[in-house]
Amino acid sequence: MNPRILLFLTSAAMLAASGLSGQVTFDRIIAAEKEPQNWLTYSGGVASQRFTKLTQITPENVKNLELQWIYQAKSLEKFEATSLVVDGILYTVQAPNDVIALDAVTGRIYWTYSYSPEPDARPCCGRINRGLAILGDTLFMGTIDAHLIALDAKNGKPLWNTTVASAASGYAITHAPLIVKDKVIVGTAGGEYGIRGFIAAFDIKSGKEAWRFYTVAGPGDPGRNSWAGDSWKTGGGSIWVTGSYDPATNLTYWGVGNPGPDWNGDTRAGDNLYTNSVVALDSDTGKLKWHYQFSPHDEFDYDAVQVPVLADMDWKDRNGQTRPRKLMFWANRNGLFYALDRNTGEFLAGTPFVEVNWMKGFDEKGRPMRIPGKTPTTQGTLIYPGNQGGTNWYSPSFSPGTGLFYIPAWVNYSSIYVKTDDDEYKEGRRYAGGLPRSPVPFARSAQNFRKEQEGYGAVLAIDPRTGEKKWEFKMSDVTDAGILTTASNLLFSGGREGYFFALDARTGAPLWKAAVGGSVASGAMSYAVNGKQFVSVAAGNSLFTFALRQ
Amino acid sequence: MIHRLLLATLPLLLSIPLAAQHEATQGDVDDGRRLYISNCALCHGPEGGSVPGVELGHGKFLRASNDEGLKTIILKGIAGSAMPPHTFTDFQAGTVVAYLRYMAASSTDATAVRGNAASGKAIFEGKGNCTSCHRVRGSGSRVAPELTDIGTIRRSVELQRSLLEPDAEVLPQNRYFRVTTKDGTTITGRLLNQDAFTVQLLDLKEQLVTFSRSDLTKSAFLDRSPMPSYKDKLSAPELSDLVSYLVSLKGIVYQ
Ligand code: HEC
Ligand code: HEC
Repeated sequence: MNPRILLFLTSAAMLAASGLSGQVTFDRIIAAEKEPQNWLTYSGGVASQRFTKLTQITPENVKNLELQWIYQAKSLEKFEATSLVVDGILYTVQAPNDVIALDAVTGRIYWTYSYSPEPDARPCCGRINRGLAILGDTLFMGTIDAHLIALDAKNGKPLWNTTVASAASGYAITHAPLIVKDKVIVGTAGGEYGIRGFIAAFDIKSGKEAWRFYTVAGPGDPGRNSWAGDSWKTGGGSIWVTGSYDPATNLTYWGVGNPGPDWNGDTRAGDNLYTNSVVALDSDTGKLKWHYQFSPHDEFDYDAVQVPVLADMDWKDRNGQTRPRKLMFWANRNGLFYALDRNTGEFLAGTPFVEVNWMKGFDEKGRPMRIPGKTPTTQGTLIYPGNQGGTNWYSPSFSPGTGLFYIPAWVNYSSIYVKTDDDEYKEGRRYAGGLPRSPVPFARSAQNFRKEQEGYGAVLAIDPRTGEKKWEFKMSDVTDAGILTTASNLLFSGGREGYFFALDARTGAPLWKAAVGGSVASGAMSYAVNGKQFVSVAAGNSLFTFALRQ
Repeated sequence: MIHRLLLATLPLLLSIPLAAQHEATQGDVDDGRRLYISNCALCHGPEGGSVPGVELGHGKFLRASNDEGLKTIILKGIAGSAMPPHTFTDFQAGTVVAYLRYMAASSTDATAVRGNAASGKAIFEGKGNCTSCHRVRGSGSRVAPELTDIGTIRRSVELQRSLLEPDAEVLPQNRYFRVTTKDGTTITGRLLNQDAFTVQLLDLKEQLVTFSRSDLTKSAFLDRSPMPSYKDKLSAPELSDLVSYLVSLKGIVYQ
């Protein structure tokens, strides 16, 4: 045999054997923690803890972080994407829907895929995208005109493009897809436009729809009676962030957004399932296994559009006995932190992490007990937390190292909820039923003159066993930044003040900061190439990547 | 299960008066004012009366009968006229409407602007001692807000109130702040910016300064405006001269 060919064949065999280069198999994705040098899903793994096992950067040396490269997006939209990194190549999205492949060490561009969404696309809250999914050599992106696109990861060429829903009717996809086995799963946004939201799975190879789960229960569905009359047809229930997956049960978990119209529930009497709920679906069939509704019959826009965080730990049951449990942790927009049993959906605990005045505890089944009179009125009702929530879509983090759960929170924040009843549904138009108002000036400028009692952003550390607050890192301005924690007890986050910073995950002490000059409205991630650890975050219109000074 | 739960703490009830008309809050009015001043005042003037035939400050409109109609005009403009469309969100347009309603509900006392601007200028620079804190066209102190273009951004009713009850409404950008450094020095100034790590002031020596929060032992907003009330210091005619002078301040003179 030609020695060159032999050499080629042996190195190919070595690559295959190592299993760490080349194709991203589903086995690699579900065992992502075994290759912390890569960041294979939106939240770093199917349990969505946004936690890295990389430990080169520590509380002691984090002060030596320095900028390695910046990618300046050719886009003035908010940069909300979390990048993926596979074997030294970084993939990200330039809003709204351009995909970029870069060298993860130098930031040099390998290729760009440009996509022009249909002019009909009208996402409520910015022409944004939160990231990609990868399987094999294929990248997947949902678009703001509600398409799902498969791209060749080597050259950025499209393989298929499936219309998931109608952009003209208000549907959009803003989150990173989730891969489960041979399917790619996405959900639709558009809760302010009277959509009927859904989660759907598509065949990896063909882009054909395999199953669909409506987040708004309709005819034939057990939840149908939770919607008065025909209100389910425009019930909302959007999906904004990527769900999670448990290989042990084959369940995929997704947080569902608000019912429509948002601020006036008169036309949709009932609990409005499965809005503001977490749904657990069989990932092969899309069948509902269980659901838990955080905010039944919501009129405060308390979307449950948070990442479901999965963790296994000892849990003290009602009878006082401690046993290992399969848990799901959830800091909700409604101001409460929850622990659920992720196999059964059983409600285990719920505690406010910010001021909450719309409920006063839970009944036996874990249903919130409402406070009479705390509903939108034509004169307006003051509610804590306010319309943007105690937290929102910003990624939380769970560190198995500290055992703490970390929340990007808005503290001292309220809205005055006013309802109107002159809103009529028109396809593709805003359908919201009122407007929340702010007791303090809501608009923000380049300067911040706020007092603490007018609301501020914070990173909160919560003991998930008790819901007790361990520490709080206060900012002057609010935050839309996700949180990353590391096995070396570091926490990375940022906020609207334009810093990217590191805290001690055990105490909240600030250890390092970089002025990135624009709001951090994304979750940081970490990766390594040739033994060197990087931390990367999008802020303003750019992607910033840091590593230790050599 | 209930025993596990920490009950929600009672809301800290801020005393937020819900403005009586049209459910707008003070927050909406403040947001709306900011948008109005930066987007509308150029054509419509601070009182809403600068476009001939249009009066935005009196709650009666030729082309709109309700708030929704006003929002539509603001968002879409008026075809075939100089009234432009605006790229506001629904929420923002709502705050501008709240501000237009607020203007009507707090309409100007016409007598306040019938004074003599020239005499007002003399009071400003002399008896009123306003220049010890305020600056107009290059003279006076910078410690209080610059007033060179105050006549383009404030209504006479607001100017009058600033003189009589300076504490009644201090705009967020005019808040004063005091810090104490580790060596015991106390510095007061107008707050220009702040974040988790730093504070920016224009101090009483008119210096732009930044402090690291880690170097401070204390930092807090001042409760009261440093501006004295002129209620008992100036007569009614003097006050209206002064307001007339402030209304006449329309920015630097273009050459
Ligand atoms: C470039 C100048 C310009 C700007 C900027 C402008 N307008 Fe106008 N606006 C006009 C003119 C001129 C008209 C009269 C149009 C007509 O009726 O022909 C008008 C008319 C209106 C009307 C209708 C009045 C009525 O009686 O029905 C409203 C309301 C209005 N403007 C509000 C606003 C607001 C609020 C803003 C800022 C968000 C704004 N305008 C910005 C020039 C302007
Ligand atoms: C001791 C300093 C001081 C003096 C003297 C003083 N002011 Fe002020 N003034 C301030 C400060 C500080 C503010 C901002 C806080 C506030 O709004 O009360 C202010 C606010 C104002 C405002 C409102 C500005 C805005 O943006 O709305 C006006 C108008 C004003 N002053 C006019 C005057 C006039 C006219 C005089 C003289 C008769 C005067 N001031 C004297 C300190 C002073």
